[in-house]
Amino acid sequence: MRLRVNGSEMNVDATTLAALLLELSHEEGAVATARNGAFVRRKDRAQTQLREGDEIEILTPRQGG
Amino acid sequence: MSVAKPDDALRVYGVDLASRLMVGTSMYNSPAILADAVRASGCEIVTVSLRREAGGTRAGQSFWDLVKSLNVRVLPNTAGCRSVQEAVTTAHMAREIFETDWVKLEVIGDDDTLQPDVFGLVEAARILAGEGFRVFPYTTEDLIVGQKLIEAGCEVLMPWGAPIGSGRGLNNPYGLKSMRAHFPGVPLVVDAGLGAPSQAAAAMEMGYDAILLNTAIAKAGDAVAMAHAFKLATQAGREAFLADPMSPRDMAAPSTPVLGRAFT
Repeated sequence: MRLRVNGSEMNVDATTLAALLLELSHEEGAVATARNGAFVRRKDRAQTQLREGDEIEILTPRQGG
Repeated sequence: MSVAKPDDALRVYGVDLASRLMVGTSMYNSPAILADAVRASGCEIVTVSLRREAGGTRAGQSFWDLVKSLNVRVLPNTAGCRSVQEAVTTAHMAREIFETDWVKLEVIGDDDTLQPDVFGLVEAARILAGEGFRVFPYTTEDLIVGQKLIEAGCEVLMPWGAPIGSGRGLNNPYGLKSMRAHFPGVPLVVDAGLGAPSQAAAAMEMGYDAILLNTAIAKAGDAVAMAHAFKLATQAGREAFLADPMSPRDMAAPSTPVLGRAFT
């Protein structure tokens, strides 16, 4: 399936958001996620089905002002 | 003696803060310098953000571990967000990962000045406050915008001193004084644009409740020493405000007694 993850187009095998994090080697606890502009809670990732063309954001803590 | 006493705490969203300086965590030359600067500043709140990261790297987790080791409260920002939707979603993501309902709300309206889109800011503030967030809005000194933010549920306002990262200080002292007078009971924080400790002191002397800055410390030749200098300046400005400064006058007034002067 073709997705846009953090601004980059990519083909993935995952069909859920939780599986996508695993496939991309993200640590579950260290990231926050959004699908098509809407926040997806950690506890909802396993039930969040991905669809062709979805835009996924995977964010982590970073320095800020 | 009416100087800043230990009980001169700043209460924001029910939390008492002894330090009136809040510090950003970005642009330091190393994590160790960041940690030392935060300690030297004496701050109790640091700002943080969320950004994209490639899987398999641990930069985000490492940074978060470092911040947690500093034993300070975190204030996640929505820096770089250009729409209400982006800011609201970022706030939701930050609440989960940083485990706080505090958010420094930025809705940026222009890339050159990084000034707030105050219309989007008010809308985002209303949404987030309604969802239980404790919103710290990065705003301008506009009084009506400030009023709308308070009506939206904000209990603190954070007007800019000058554009973010510019180091220009207090661009509009009249506007900031006017804001202080207009909102006497609202915690007001000068956020952004300061370059030197004297500017922090000047804001505090006006009666501002706290200072938030990042670049002026991080980009100083000695960030740790500058962090301490800002701590002292913020304290000095606060004590000066409480001490009720004299009013300026146009003509000289001798400080040495005139009575008893010789050769008269």
